[in-house]
Amino acid sequence: MAEVAIRTENLSVSFAGFRAVDGVDLSVEAGTIHALIGPNGAGKTTCFNLITKFIRPSSGRIWLGEQDITALEPDAVARLGMVRSFQISAVFPGLSVLENVRVALQPTLGVTFQFWRSNRILRRLDDQAMALLDRVGMAAVAGERAADLSYGRKRVLEIATTLALDPSVLLLDEPMAGMGAEDVAMVANLIREVGRNRTILMVEHNLSVVADLSDRITVLQRGQILAEGSYAEVSSDRRVIEAYMGEEVTDA
Amino acid sequence: MSTRSVIVFLLVVALLAAAPFVVYPVFLMKALLFALFASAFNLLLGYVGLLSFGHAAFFGFAAYVSAHVVKVWEWGPEGGIVAGTAVAAALGLVFGWLAIRRQGIYFAMVTLALAQMVYFVSLQASFTHGEDGIQAVPRRPLFGIVDISDNLSLYFFVAVVAVAGMLLVRRAIHSPFGEVLRAIRENEQRARSLGFRVDRYKLLAFVLSAALAGVAGSTKILVFQLASLSDVEWMMSGEVVLMALIGGMGTVWGPALGAVVIVAMQNYLAQFGAMVTILQGIIFVAVVLLFRRGIVGEALAFWEKRRKAGAADDTASATLPERQGKAAPGE
Repeated sequence: MAEVAIRTENLSVSFAGFRAVDGVDLSVEAGTIHALIGPNGAGKTTCFNLITKFIRPSSGRIWLGEQDITALEPDAVARLGMVRSFQISAVFPGLSVLENVRVALQPTLGVTFQFWRSNRILRRLDDQAMALLDRVGMAAVAGERAADLSYGRKRVLEIATTLALDPSVLLLDEPMAGMGAEDVAMVANLIREVGRNRTILMVEHNLSVVADLSDRITVLQRGQILAEGSYAEVSSDRRVIEAYMGEEVTDA
Repeated sequence: MSTRSVIVFLLVVALLAAAPFVVYPVFLMKALLFALFASAFNLLLGYVGLLSFGHAAFFGFAAYVSAHVVKVWEWGPEGGIVAGTAVAAALGLVFGWLAIRRQGIYFAMVTLALAQMVYFVSLQASFTHGEDGIQAVPRRPLFGIVDISDNLSLYFFVAVVAVAGMLLVRRAIHSPFGEVLRAIRENEQRARSLGFRVDRYKLLAFVLSAALAGVAGSTKILVFQLASLSDVEWMMSGEVVLMALIGGMGTVWGPALGAVVIVAMQNYLAQFGAMVTILQGIIFVAVVLLFRRGIVGEALAFWEKRRKAGAADDTASATLPERQGKAAPGE
């Protein structure tokens, strides 16, 4: 049996009596790109927040590899190598593009608590940060304030920042949302490339991207798993087609 | 850049060295120590985005501790400062540990409530002598040898302490730690998701801020030879907020300048009695409504605007604009 990167067992959470995620048993195989899809309000993002510990589950357990992470804090999960992106682009707006990436690299120097030292030492990380920016095609705008970037560019920067941690497991929450066609192709390539030696779990509305990238797809509806399988399997599933009927399906 | 900041620094040093021969040294010492207090406070407000409404507790209680060990235990002034600072840091650890679990107004309320408890202790404990305070604190020789009994020699000691403290604040802001604080202030969730233990960074900032407020408070008793309730009162917590806002929170030297302005007002307008409070109130409202960035903040924004409009040499990025406001702590 293949190695499992993320596993949840009977994962549930309720908000004021409403079961947003209801008994989800998810299993993400290591080294694959796994997509989480479903109509609006199906609990995809809530699932993400549960797995990355930004929300506490009402019941159920979560494993990262062999380790039970049910009781951990979000930053601890990140240090274990599972890093997420956010649905609403999460950059540090007042920092430059380079500084955004550099701050994520900073723990590798082991100086993050050193308040008596000049921040000039951080220049040692500049090359590494530039290399990451170069990889996502943003080296030319390294000096710009992140706040001044276009929406799509912010998302790309977010991915670059995430990659700075060299995570083994990457959770991408709608990486393509609000992006222009050009950026979508670029980010899709980027995801495919970084997914070669990592596990990726992503929520995405753009079904052509999902079809193109994912090894496996889990369809959620009303907080429960409706179907699971390859794109061909899932897209021919009658229940899935029904769930999507009347729903707006983004295709580009 | 580096040579210019050295020149500015030397100018400030020269100014500080000459000042006591022109201006009354006690006033200068008061201004310098409040400048340090406001800078320490601003480390939290301006660079972590946490509004503490209890900083008088660190300032004022450090003053009591320092006064007590110098007067009763007969320690030297340096021992008093170390003791006061250590106690302020310990208080900061407790305050911070409890308060950083909450945000915004709740954070402010927790710090205020804890500071009121410290005030109550200061009022009731026997060693603080209630309404009388600790009076006639002796000015013992520094390290047992350097005489600081006259105002002028004490001034130089106080100036060194205050400037060193403010430089430490500045350094913390421009340190690797300060860089993480910036990221946390910009987007706390994202910082967490990148693996930063956000609470620990906030707590360290809180303790640093409290400790430096303690340095200011415990040095102040050498100047006035008195530790009293007015330094530990909630009004003092409010005053330091005012100083930071007037000078420009989020700028390195703004709060120091704000402190000098407030202390100067209290000093030179003292003859008008209650008018001072009214004037302070008017200035506060004016700053909040019209000059939200404070004196230094507005000046920097103006300078930045002119620079952008003036020339096309846009090579230098705006990462360190604070450096320009360096002429603050002398008057």
